[in-house]
Amino acid sequence: MTYVKNRLRRTMMFVPGNNPAMVKDAGIYGADSIMLDLEDAVSLTEKDAARMLVYNAIKTVDFGGAEIVVRINGQDTPFYDEDVKAMVRAGVDVIRLPKTESAAMIQKLVKDMEAAEEEYGVEKGSIGVMAAIESAKGVLNSPEIATASPLMMGLAVSGEDYTADMHTHRYPDGRELEFARNMVLQSARAAGVYAFDTVFSNMNDTEGFFRETNYIYELGYDGKSLVNPRQVAMVNQVFNPTKDEIENAQAVQNAIREAKAKGSGVISMNGKMVDKPVVEKANRVIETAKASNLIDEEGNYIGE
Amino acid sequence: MENKVKRELPENLMSEMGLKPFESVEIGNPDVNRVAPKVHVTTGENKVVNSLEEVIKKTLKNGMTISFHHHFRNGDFAFNKVMDLIIKLGYQDLTLAPSSLTGVMNDKVIEAIKKGVITNITSSGMRGSLGDFVSHGGLKNPVIFRSHGNRARSIEEGEIKIDVAFLGVPNSDPAGNANGQEGDAVFGSLGYALIDAQYADKVVLLTDNVVDYPNTPASIKQTQVDYVVKVDQIGDPDKIGSGATRFTKDPKELKIAQMVNQVIVNSPYYKEGFSFQTGSGGAALAVTRYLRQSMLDDGITASFALGGITKPTTDLLDEGLVKKIMDVQDFDKGAASSMAKNKNQQEIDASWYADPHNKGAVVNNLDVAILSALQIDTDFNVNVMTGSDGVIRGAIGGHQDAASAKMTIITAPLVRGRNATVVPAVETVVTPGKSIDVLVTERGIAINPNRPDLLEAFSKVPDLKIVDIKDLQKMAEQQVGVPKALEYTDRTVALIQYRDGTIIDTIKEVKD
Amino acid sequence: MEIKTIGVAGTLESSDIQIMITQGNNGIEIDLESEVIKAYGEQIKKVIIDTLTKYGIENAKVKATDKGALDCVIAARTLAAAQRATETSNHPELEVL
Repeated sequence: MTYVKNRLRRTMMFVPGNNPAMVKDAGIYGADSIMLDLEDAVSLTEKDAARMLVYNAIKTVDFGGAEIVVRINGQDTPFYDEDVKAMVRAGVDVIRLPKTESAAMIQKLVKDMEAAEEEYGVEKGSIGVMAAIESAKGVLNSPEIATASPLMMGLAVSGEDYTADMHTHRYPDGRELEFARNMVLQSARAAGVYAFDTVFSNMNDTEGFFRETNYIYELGYDGKSLVNPRQVAMVNQVFNPTKDEIENAQAVQNAIREAKAKGSGVISMNGKMVDKPVVEKANRVIETAKASNLIDEEGNYIGE
Repeated sequence: MENKVKRELPENLMSEMGLKPFESVEIGNPDVNRVAPKVHVTTGENKVVNSLEEVIKKTLKNGMTISFHHHFRNGDFAFNKVMDLIIKLGYQDLTLAPSSLTGVMNDKVIEAIKKGVITNITSSGMRGSLGDFVSHGGLKNPVIFRSHGNRARSIEEGEIKIDVAFLGVPNSDPAGNANGQEGDAVFGSLGYALIDAQYADKVVLLTDNVVDYPNTPASIKQTQVDYVVKVDQIGDPDKIGSGATRFTKDPKELKIAQMVNQVIVNSPYYKEGFSFQTGSGGAALAVTRYLRQSMLDDGITASFALGGITKPTTDLLDEGLVKKIMDVQDFDKGAASSMAKNKNQQEIDASWYADPHNKGAVVNNLDVAILSALQIDTDFNVNVMTGSDGVIRGAIGGHQDAASAKMTIITAPLVRGRNATVVPAVETVVTPGKSIDVLVTERGIAINPNRPDLLEAFSKVPDLKIVDIKDLQKMAEQQVGVPKALEYTDRTVALIQYRDGTIIDTIKEVKD
Repeated sequence: MEIKTIGVAGTLESSDIQIMITQGNNGIEIDLESEVIKAYGEQIKKVIIDTLTKYGIENAKVKATDKGALDCVIAARTLAAAQRATETSNHPELEVL
C-alpha cells in the first residue's frame, strides 16, 4: 500500500482496533477510507494487544481497496512512539494524529515516521499524515497545521472533544460546531488538503444524520467520519452528483479535450473562460459519479 | 454406487432398504398411487377423554409408527407429555415420524432411543444434543431426513405409514374440529399436521382448550379425528416464535439483504404479479423490508408470498403489496394472529405447498425463493444439515422444495467465524446445485453457469459485483486457511432423501 | 525468555481468541478449546507454538480459548500474552509476527 494524496474520500469509517470481528469485515461496506482506531476505542490496558492486532490485520486482511488510516495514540501518551513505529512497519496508508494543536506536532510525527521508515526499510514519504482537530487551539492553529508537511492528507474535525474544550456539548442543530467547521475547512482548502467532518453517532436519528451530512456537503467538505457501516450508503447518497451536475462536468471535460486538440492553452465553454477550480470540480464530479455507478464506462448516465 | 451429485452411497444399505440413488431434479410425469388410512367408524359423539394413558394403550402397539408436528417449536408440551407415557408404558421398537424435531424434544428422544422405545426416526431435521447423539452413532438404524414436501409425498404414497398421530392444537371442539388460530398457544397455520390428520390410521388431538361444537374454521376436521385429549397446557406461547424474527442490526446481514433485493428487482421475474418466499432469519426479514420499499417505489405488487410466514410479510398483505399469502407455517405471533383476521392468508398443507408428486404444488408457481445455507460448494450444492464438524445440526425444511422456484437465491456470509461457507465440496449435499441459481455473499454474487440469462441481466447492474463461485471459494480459503478433512467411520447414521425419495447423500458417524 | 507472571490477551468475542500463558517446564503445552478444533486445531496450535518459539519462549503452559479467530489474530494475541507474561509489553517485538 502506498499513500495516494488525491483520491475519493467521502467516507472514513471508524473501526475499533481491538475488535477482530469488525476489523476482519471492515472492507466489505464500500467505505472510501477505513480508520482503524488505536486511541479512544481501545482501553488503556489493551493498547499493546490492539497495536499487534492492527499491525497484523494491515498485513493480511483484504480491505477491498479502501484506504487504510490508523488513528494512533497522542503524543502525550506512552503509546505514541511504538504506535508510530508499528504502523510505519505495517505499511499503513495514512497515520492520523489525535488532538493536533500545532504544526510542530505534525512535524514531530513526520520526523518520527522518517526515523521508522529508515529503521524498517520502508520507502520514505510513502505514508501520509492527517490531523484530528479536537480543541480550540487546534482550530485556531489549523492554517499552520494544514501546511505543516507536504505529506499532509487532510484535517478532521472531532466534535466530541472540541465541544468539551469549548465548555459545551453537541446539539442537534450543530451551531456549537459552526466556527470550527468553517475554520478547519478554510484551512484545508487554502492548503490544498482534504477536510473531514466529525461523526454522528445516533444511529436511530436517520433524519438528523442526513441533515448534518447535507449541511457539511454544502459547506464543501470532502467527506465525513462514520461510526457505523450503514452510514456509508447514506453519505454516498448525499455526495452523489445530480444528472445536471454530471452533464455539466462532462461538458467541461469535453472543452478541455477540445482545447488540447487545438493546442490552445485557454479552455472555453459557451464563450466563457473555464478556470482551474471549475476544471477540478468537474473532475471530482465525474470521479464520484463513476464510484457511485451513476455513469457507465462511456460516460452515459445510468443513475435513477 | 455413486449418484449424480458424485456422492458415494452404501450399496448394501441401499438395497436392504430398497432405496434408489438421486438422479435428477426433474420430477417428470410419473403415475403414482396414493394410500388411504384405515377408518374405525363411529358417530363421534364421545371423543373427549381425560386420560392420555388410556388413549395410548388403546391405540399403540410395539413396532408402530407415531407422528407429531413441530408448529409449537420450542414451546411444545405435546411431544414430551406423550413420549413420557409411551416410555413409562414400556413400548418398544417404535418409528418416530414427526414433521420435525425441535430442541425442547431432544432429551426425550434420546431417552426413548436409549431405552429401545424408538428405533427408527424420519424427520426434517434435528439440532443440538440429539444431532450430536445421532452423529455419534447413538441410534442403530439410520435416520431418514425428508423435506416437508417429500414427507407429504412419502405419507401419501405409503412410504411413511403413520399408525397414530398425536397432534397438539390450541383449540378443538369435542368432535375434533380444530385450528391453530385461537386459544393461548396459537401458531397460525397447521400446514404440516394436516397431512398426518388426513393419512394416519388413528388421530389423537391434544388440547387445553375444548370449545363448543362446531368449531370453525376447521383446519383439522371431525371426520379425521379419533380422540380429543384434554390436557392442562398444550404449549408455552412465549416460546412458539422462532426467535429469529427481530429486524437485524448486523451491518453484514443488512449488506447481504440489500444485495439480495438488488438481485430480485433486477431479475426478469420482478414485475406485476410476481411471487416470492423469503423464510425466517435476520437477513430474510431485512430482505422483506428492502423489497417492500422497492415495490412501493416501482408500483409493483406480488400475487402471493409463500412458505414459513413472518410478520413483515403479513404487513405487506395488510398494505396491499402482496395479494395472497400461501401459508404452511408461521414463525411469529404477528403472522399467526394475522391468519385469523385476514382471509387472504390461506392455510395450505405440506402437500399443497411442496409435494413433488402432485398435480402441481404451490412451489411450482413460485418465482423467487430466498434460502440460507450452512455451506455451498463450487457446484452450487447446498448443505443445510451438517456443521463444519460433520455433526447434524440443521433441517431440510422446505429447502429442496422451494428451490423449485424459477429463481432460487442462496444467501450466506462468505465465512462464519473461521468456517468457510463457500467450500470446494459441501460435507452433506441436501439441495442439488442444479436447482440453485444465485449465491449472494457480502463479497459479491455468483451465478450458476446454467443461467446465462441471469448473468446477462445482472451484468447490467453496476451495483452487483459478479464473481465466479470458484473465486469466492478461494477468497474464503484465503481468509480461513485449508481445514483438515473431517474423519468419519464407515457407519451410516443418516440418509438424506431428495424430494422424490431418492438418496442424495448420507451422513456418517463422526470420529472424535 | 523468562515468564514472570500470568499473561492473558484476547477476548471471548466472536472471531477472537483468548490466550493465557503461565510458567511451564515441559516445552510448550497447549490446552486448546475451539469450535473448529477438528478442522483447525492443529493449525491453531502451530501458530501459537511458532509465535512463542520465535519470541524465544521454550517452556510455557498455554490455555487457548478460541472463538473462530483467523491466524493473524491468533499470532497477535499470542505475542501480546507472551509479552505480558514476560513483562516486556512496553517494547513490542513485532518482528515476531
